Formats: sequence, C-alpha cells, structure tokens
Amino acid sequence: MRVLLIEDDDHLASYLKQGLQETGMVVDRAADGHDGLFLATGEPYDALIIDRMLPKLDGLSIVRTLRASDNHVPVLILSALGEVDDRVKGLRAGGDDYLVKPFAFSELHARLEALFRRGSSEAPLTRLSVVDLEMDLLSREVSRAGNPVELQPREFRLLEYLMRHAGQVVTRTMLLEHVWDYHFDPQTNVIDVHVSRLRAKIDRDFEPQLLETVRGAGYRLRDTA
Amino acid sequence: MPGTDSVIPRKLLRSSIFRLALFYTGLSTVSMLLLLVFIYWATAGYMAREIDATIDEEVLGLEEQYHNRGINGIKAGIEERISLSSNRDALYLLGDGRYQPMVGNLDRWPIAAKDKPGWLRFTLPGAADDDSPEVPARARSFDLPNGMHLLIGHDLRDLEATRGLFIDALGWSVALTLGIALGIGLIMSFRVSHRIETINQTSREIMEGDLSQRIPDLSSGDEFDQLASNLNRMLDRIQALMTSVHRVSDHIAHDLRTPLSRLRTRLEQIKNRAAGSAGDTVERAIEDVDDLLATFNALLRIARIESGSPASSFVVLDLQDLLRDLAELYEPVAADKEQQIEVLSRERSSVEGDRDLLFQVLANLVDNAIKYTPPGGTITLAAAASPAGSQVEVTDTGPGIPRDLREKVFQRFYRCDTSRSTTGSGLGLSLVRAIVDLHGARIRLSDNKPGLRVTIVFRPPPRDTESSGK
Repeated sequence: MRVLLIEDDDHLASYLKQGLQETGMVVDRAADGHDGLFLATGEPYDALIIDRMLPKLDGLSIVRTLRASDNHVPVLILSALGEVDDRVKGLRAGGDDYLVKPFAFSELHARLEALFRRGSSEAPLTRLSVVDLEMDLLSREVSRAGNPVELQPREFRLLEYLMRHAGQVVTRTMLLEHVWDYHFDPQTNVIDVHVSRLRAKIDRDFEPQLLETVRGAGYRLRDTA
Repeated sequence: MPGTDSVIPRKLLRSSIFRLALFYTGLSTVSMLLLLVFIYWATAGYMAREIDATIDEEVLGLEEQYHNRGINGIKAGIEERISLSSNRDALYLLGDGRYQPMVGNLDRWPIAAKDKPGWLRFTLPGAADDDSPEVPARARSFDLPNGMHLLIGHDLRDLEATRGLFIDALGWSVALTLGIALGIGLIMSFRVSHRIETINQTSREIMEGDLSQRIPDLSSGDEFDQLASNLNRMLDRIQALMTSVHRVSDHIAHDLRTPLSRLRTRLEQIKNRAAGSAGDTVERAIEDVDDLLATFNALLRIARIESGSPASSFVVLDLQDLLRDLAELYEPVAADKEQQIEVLSRERSSVEGDRDLLFQVLANLVDNAIKYTPPGGTITLAAAASPAGSQVEVTDTGPGIPRDLREKVFQRFYRCDTSRSTTGSGLGLSLVRAIVDLHGARIRLSDNKPGLRVTIVFRPPPRDTESSGK
C-alpha cells in the first residue's frame, strides 16, 4: 500500500511516516500544499492523508482540485478544527474521512485500513463469512459454526461492520459513525456495552473467541482461527 | 389585514415619541385655549366698559335736558336720539308710573327692570326685520322724581358677535392645532420608530450570531446616524475582539495542543518499545494526556460553538428519531445499572438543527441521568410538537438539582457535589448550553418530584412560513 502524507508539522509527519512504515506501508511525505498536490496528481497512491491547514495551498483546496480532475483516490483529512460544520465541509470538499487532531495513531491506522478496504470492494456482497461465522445480508440471518444466532437489528449492523472489516482494528468512534451514524463524543463508553452484548451472543459458547478488544485502540474481529 | 387596525394604535400608544407628541398637542391646545380666553375676556370687558360709558354719557345728556326743560326735555331728547341713524344700538324708554311705555324704542318695559332702578341685563325680543331672535341688552333705569321711569341702554349685539367670533376661532384653532400636532406626532413617531426598529432589527440579528450585521447609516448627520455610527464602531470593536479571541483560541489549539499531541506521540513510541510494568505506566501516562487533551478540546469546542453562528449543517430533523436512537444506544448502559429508559413520544416534532450536535446534547443529558439516578430508576425521554416550537424532555428519578444551583450547573467545570465520586469533566452541561444557544433554543431545569426534568424548547422551524409572519 502506497500512501501520501501531506503534513507541515515535521515531528508529527515523521512519527506518522515511521508508524505507517512499520505496518508495512510505503509512505511519501510532502511538507506543503503545492508539493502535495504535485505528488498526488503525478503518482498513483492508494490513499492520501492531508492536513487541513497547510502552507501555500490548504488541504481542502487540494481535495477539491483532485476531485475536479476526476481523481478518486481515498482521502483522509486531518484537522485541528473539529467544530460545528468543519467536518461537514471537509467531507463535502471530497474527503472520505475526517480525523480531528490530536488523535491516537491506532485511530489513524484503523481508518486508513478502512479506506483501503472501501476502495477495493466493488461488487455488492450478499454473504459475509469470517472463520465459522456466517452472515446472510439478504435474509439477515447469522450463524456461528452452523448454529443460528439471534441478533437485534443494531447488533446485526454492528456485526456486519466488524465482519466487513475483519482482521482490522475498528475504533469506537468508527463504530459510532458507521453503525449508529452519529458523530459525537460520548462521555462514557456506551459502545463497549453493545460490543460485550454482541460478544455474548457470538463468542460465549464457541471457540475460538473471535471478537477481541485491542487495548487503547478498539476492537478486532479475528479473521483467522 | 384584520389584525392591523387594533395592532397599530396599541403599538403607537406604546411609542414614547407618540406619547410625547400627544402630550405636546395637549399642552399647546390648553395654552391656545387660555390665550384665547384671556383675549376674549380682555376684549369683551373693554367692550362692556365702553357700552357702560356710552350709557353713562347718555344719562348725563338726558339729565341735563331734564334739568333744563323738565320731562319734555327728556322726551324731546329721546326722540332726537332715536331719530339719529348712527345710534341704532342705543335703547331708550320713558315709562309712566306703571311702567307703560310713553316715549322710546322699546315696546315694553323689561320685567327685570321693574321696581329695581340701577344697572340690569335683559333680553330684547327679536326685531321683525331681523333674523336673530333675541338680543341681550344692558341698561340703566331710573325713577324720575315725578314717578315716571327712565331706561337708557344699549343692545349687546356687537358684544355677542365678538363672542361668537371668539368661540368660532377657538373651535377652529383647537381643531387645527390638534390636527397638525397629531399629524406631526404621527409622522415623527413613525419616522423615529422606523429608525429605532432598524437598530432593533440589526441588534436581533447580531444576538442571533451574525456579528457582521451593521446598522444602516442614512448619512443625514442626525442623532440617529450618530447613534448608528457609534454602535457600528462599537460592533467593529467587538468583532475585532472576537476575532482576536478566536485567533487566541486557534493559537491555543495550535500552540498548546500540538506539543501535547507530540507528547502523546512520544509516549506511544515509548510504549511500543517498553516492556512489562514500564509499558503499563506509559499506558497510564497516555491516558492522562488523553484526559488533558479531552478537557482542552471540550473547552475549545464550547468556545467555538458559543461564538459560532447557525451552521450550514443545519437540517430539519425529527426529535423522535433522535430519542429512539438515543434510547437504543444507552439502553445497555442503563440496564447495567438496573435502570430503564422509556421513550414517551408518538408525534413527530421537527426542529432545525445540527443532527450530531443535538444528539450530543441529548447524549450528555442521558449520560448525566444514568450517572446520578440510583439503580432501579427510570429515565424518560419525550418530544412534543406545538405551534410555539417543538420541545424535548429528559427526566430522571435521581436526586435532582436544588433550585439555587440550576443556573450554576451550566458553568464550566461546575460540579454539584464535589465529594461525589463521579467521573466527568464538568463541561458536559456547558457544552449542552452552548449547543442549545447555537440553535436559538431555551433549556430549563425543573423538579420532576422526585428527580430532574430537563426541558429544551426549540423555535418553530422557519420553513413553516404560515405561523411566522415576522
């Protein structure tokens, strides 16, 4: 996976670059808007990470320019602005995801993984399968090792999201955004309780445990036994 | 427009300019009346004295005739005087001992003058050739030594005419004064209230968050323009200060959050290399930094929302949907505390707002309710629509908030009970207040007996044009 990081903060950039390289990605970095746009239009990338406030050319202008020239590479916007409609503006400009600074590296990594996945899945799926967990998206039935599992509608959506991102770390805010469709800051970890209920249904009577908690990051549905 | 007839006079009567105009109209009418009454009094008094003097002169003349020629002298004098055409206002009558007219231009002796010599007033029956039916007159009567009676008088036709003139003048001038003053008062109050209304309108828009609004300056140099330009300069100053506050908070965001996030980054790097208990310590250090950053972000977020204006992300949404999602999201947390969440609304109640921010408001309220309500309690969510605006209520069966603390809980970092071992930053309700204000809504805390009732009342959505005439 080849990623372009357009970020003017040298320290943050080198940390992100190093972190992403450790996960096996190839990372290029541009320190201002001009260089970033030049690289983004000239080279094929699997995803772009663009800071919103950049010298010479701001992040949203880069995204708009790329989208106007029919370039649909997944874009993750980083910003120190997170209020009222900043996020909406960022997504309207053509960004695929929006992350407010400061963030945990695990959050960035999880979202980047999700963006890669989004780019690759073209055909609509009717069936999801992870190890011995089966989900039929049409009849909305779930079974583990052949045993039917009864799920509430929201639990179904939660499991569907986890299965679509099997093997990846999924953060709590990602779950709030995609399963509940709200972008807000819960004061307590409401998500944890939902996840533990789901876990009770799909994991308690089975081996191995598929839904694992990743400390300091979120959750992961194991895609290998 | 059936309503305007009753609305405008009431509005006018409330206008201080119109009241002032009414007051001055009253004042000028009264002074005009006083002036005219004085002039009338002076003129009429002068005329009356003139008449009395004329009568006295006649008396003197006839007295002389009487002295010289006796009763015949008086008779001749009277006849001579009556024949003079210039003297048609003068009245003479010589009566015998029983007041029967002998010589004179009166048909009969006035009843009022019988047996009472001296000055008197009476009314003359209207003359045949004259339309005026009755004419007042003034006269002086004497008892002559031979038992006859003499009356010398003057009719008051001129005086009456003058009085009529004055009354007419009085009527006209009062009507004119009232008309002109009222007219000017109306025009002035309309003009002034229009100017003031412009200022009010601008102030309202500014209060609703659009600080870029300015009061129009008509450059006529009058006091309203001076007021407008002063207010505008004040607004410029406020806006400049607000901008610098924004800049400061942006600087804080950049200059303080950046080193903090670097610190976090470094800690993460250390954590990846650290082993055993050192890793746990670093993990806890990261959590501390996260708490610090979260508080910091929450403060900045509140500040941004407070200074923000209704955003482009506002859409019309149904409170009921939000409540259902909220109940669904928080139900497991409540169940862990053996609490119930009930949604009590059946009707759609739409408001215009930012979906995520409103969800944040309700989530904070429900979160608090769950936190403070003892096990076994119930948290009730209700939405209702009314023409005055939709409202949403979050009620719990917890300890509630004492009346005198209900305003304080919205202050930043305010905690009702510092000894309570609950988690939280003390910023949840400040954020709630900021978002509620951003939506132009009102929030009210009241007693649920027992528990706390939080009510948020929204303004009716503006697209509902029928109910919003203004």
